[in-house]
Amino acid sequence: MYKGGKIIVSLIIFVAFLSFPFFYNMGKANAGPDVDLNTPAIQQLTDKQCVESPEFMRANHMQLLNQWREESVRNGQTVYINSQGKPFEISLQDTCLKCHSTEAEKAAQTGGVSNPATNVAPAFCASCHNYSAVEVTCWSCHFEPKEATK
Amino acid sequence: MSINRRQFLRRAGMVAALGLGGSFIVTGFRGKKVEAASEYQTGQQGLKAKHWAMVVDMSKFKTEDDFNRVKEVCHSIHNVPDFGNPKDEIKWIWKDDYEHTFTGQQNKYLEEHLIDAPFMVLCNHCENPPCVKACPTQATFKRPDGIVAMDFHRCIGCRFCMAACPFGARSFNFRDPRPFIKEIQPDFPTRTKGVVEKCNFCVERLAEGLMPACVENSKGGLIFGDLDDPNSEVREIIGTKFTIRRKPELGTQPSVYYLVGGDEHA
Repeated sequence: MYKGGKIIVSLIIFVAFLSFPFFYNMGKANAGPDVDLNTPAIQQLTDKQCVESPEFMRANHMQLLNQWREESVRNGQTVYINSQGKPFEISLQDTCLKCHSTEAEKAAQTGGVSNPATNVAPAFCASCHNYSAVEVTCWSCHFEPKEATK
Repeated sequence: MSINRRQFLRRAGMVAALGLGGSFIVTGFRGKKVEAASEYQTGQQGLKAKHWAMVVDMSKFKTEDDFNRVKEVCHSIHNVPDFGNPKDEIKWIWKDDYEHTFTGQQNKYLEEHLIDAPFMVLCNHCENPPCVKACPTQATFKRPDGIVAMDFHRCIGCRFCMAACPFGARSFNFRDPRPFIKEIQPDFPTRTKGVVEKCNFCVERLAEGLMPACVENSKGGLIFGDLDDPNSEVREIIGTKFTIRRKPELGTQPSVYYLVGGDEHA
């Protein structure tokens, strides 16, 4: 091979450089996202369950939200009966965020003030979505509730 | 070692079958639980109808305040922005003059109270909505109760519907509307740049058992009800009084009727 040594050395350096993050992080424990479920609305619940089981919600909340959207906006079905037969109103702001928003967020979202920066996701959504770098566009239109615990 | 064509095809087929079968087993084990045992229902307290329609009683719209009151309440509860210039204007319900409201009926020697009067105009929720036909994503669709509704999630901002609508009932968000909303109403979502919007006959209020906001604040100037119900107030007015609709010659069959007699429920 013409200039073989240089090519092989360069290749080794290149591969080492590319795989550096992998070796650098090897063996270190992955902290995972820090999901805060400790909101007052959740603490008041006797049966601490979301509209479906945690496993289902973790894996399928996006499909469920899409189904809710279709049923509510397009088919006029505003009530969801979960697998245990319990009814829930289909509303991102009034049902989901009644539990999944912190006191600070409720205080910040008093409404009335027109603030383009309000399209930040609630901490509950952001904790996982920032971790996995999945951007959600819900909050460019929807608001966190003015008064979540009605 | 060299293989012939037959052996190659056989091995390739086996690998492909293994791959497909393997992926099925893995997904089968994981169990896609998207279809959870659950169902959907309509809310109990919602108002239901076969064909929602509105009568605009022009005898009740006399002063500037009559128009503004209705417009203000609609635009504030639906987070309609005010950009302050007519080019970007977003409007759900507004007033227009006779000439532009009833374009097919121009007669310059018409009664003065008609020719000079402004009219309350909004989306007509046509029985034959051209906007629904034009929409390539079905973001605009006709509900079974006659309301021409919009799914803002699906709107791609092509504005075909605006070109199709003969009544100019649709507005486009050329800019981000959020900074231009005077007072944000958190109960209703805003829109984003690049989305078309229009009157929705207050579907979100009907679902809660409430009449549309404009009707509640019109002091009887707007009458709302089920056109398919022979005992409804709208049906009674349309059946007994002389009402006109906008551009009936186009065949879109608007659901908004104008009572123009001039007297009390003329």
